[in-house]
Amino acid sequence: MSGGEIYTVSQVNRHIKGLLDGDPALRGILVQGEISNYKMYPSGHHYFSLKDSEGAISCVMFRRSASRLRFRPENGMKVIAFGSVTAYPRDGKYQLYCEQLMPDGLGDLHVAFEQLKEKLGREGLFAPEHKKPIPTCPNTIAIITSAAGAAVHDMLRILNARWPLAQVKLMGVRVQGAEAPAELAGAVRYANRWKVADLILIGRGGGSMEDLWAFNDEGLARAIYESEIPVISAVGHEPDYVISDFVADLRAATPSNAAELAVPDQTEVSAGLVEQTQRLNAAMLRQMKDCRSRLERCKSSRQLTDPQVYLQDRQLRLDSLERGLSQCFERILAKQKQRLGRTSAALDAMSPLKVLGRGYSMTTLPDGTLVTSARQTEPGTSVQVRLQEGSLCCTVTERSLT
Amino acid sequence: MAKAKTFEESISRLEEIVSTLEKGDASLEQALKLFEEGTKLAQSCSKQLDAAEQKVVRLTKGPDGAPVEQPFEGGGEV
Repeated sequence: MSGGEIYTVSQVNRHIKGLLDGDPALRGILVQGEISNYKMYPSGHHYFSLKDSEGAISCVMFRRSASRLRFRPENGMKVIAFGSVTAYPRDGKYQLYCEQLMPDGLGDLHVAFEQLKEKLGREGLFAPEHKKPIPTCPNTIAIITSAAGAAVHDMLRILNARWPLAQVKLMGVRVQGAEAPAELAGAVRYANRWKVADLILIGRGGGSMEDLWAFNDEGLARAIYESEIPVISAVGHEPDYVISDFVADLRAATPSNAAELAVPDQTEVSAGLVEQTQRLNAAMLRQMKDCRSRLERCKSSRQLTDPQVYLQDRQLRLDSLERGLSQCFERILAKQKQRLGRTSAALDAMSPLKVLGRGYSMTTLPDGTLVTSARQTEPGTSVQVRLQEGSLCCTVTERSLT
Repeated sequence: MAKAKTFEESISRLEEIVSTLEKGDASLEQALKLFEEGTKLAQSCSKQLDAAEQKVVRLTKGPDGAPVEQPFEGGGEV
């Protein structure tokens, strides 16, 4: 290109693209920055910018590369991108075409683990109220693990020592590698579809985070969550935590520990049986003794030993009732007598004869009218004067009105 | 009691019987029956424990999809 000529936009853009593509310094480079404007399109391509304090660069990650991501890119995340810078002539923009993306600082597995844990936790897959109780005495236990690993032997040895009554069904699967998550999840679903056991132990022995990675699979987590058979997760060693530990009904520190949690210890159960038997015998003996002493009490009671007691008891009661009756009657009589006496005395005090006894007299006219005033008479009126003893027939000779 | 009880059912029943007898409100006839049942349960549980030998099978998917049990010989191949 040279000055003085007129170029089309496409020509300029094509030229720039040629320059960029021809520069080996822009191919296969690692770029460190912070993700912003992150967008995933329905096509499966990811678009975002990487920025630092002074600038930004547009980035694209095509579906093919993005499908290999083991974590979900988010705005604000510090990452290292691997790719090439080239121009996109249609927009006149240069972009970093990312082939790989790694979290800066923490490992990508670590970030992926935290992200899945947060996502499933938010969905409620780890909710304590969803956890099913582990049967105390499972009859059949399905073990989902590698048939060849050390873990299965540890589990079988402990199950046999503690609780040989349980039948064990081993479901051999791969526990690491690309196929492992689907095989593990498939085994959990299969065990449920055919109800092969009443408890599932799923796990493997220790290893690196990559080795244990199959147990951080979302599909496996959902299979465990949906399992109707209680699941104990037993992956790696004590400090190893995987997603299946969180979603399972119980987390065991190790496969051996899972076997211990799965079944009771037969020596303890035997001791319990002995104790129950002793208590059974003691309770029965006590009840027999109680019954016997009740019987003895009845047999020795006076009611049974002396047949007269029944009659005597009733005779006594009759006597006492009779006594009560006559006492009652006497009390009533005395009370009535007293009342009569009181009434007669009162009556007596009111008698007019009593007044005449004190010298007063009672005067009546011939028609029987009581004379209380001199005006009722006139000289010559005949009156009768009643005394205490007898009466006088008198004629009024004179009257005084005062 | 037509169906054989599982160990768990047996031992739960035994515990129930012991607690009923300990409360002492069963009639003598009932108590004797319970005692007999409890004694049998305890014996059968002990026998089950003493005789138990762990049965381990390897489960594979049969041609019709249903599980097939195969003997498991300690998984020799590594």
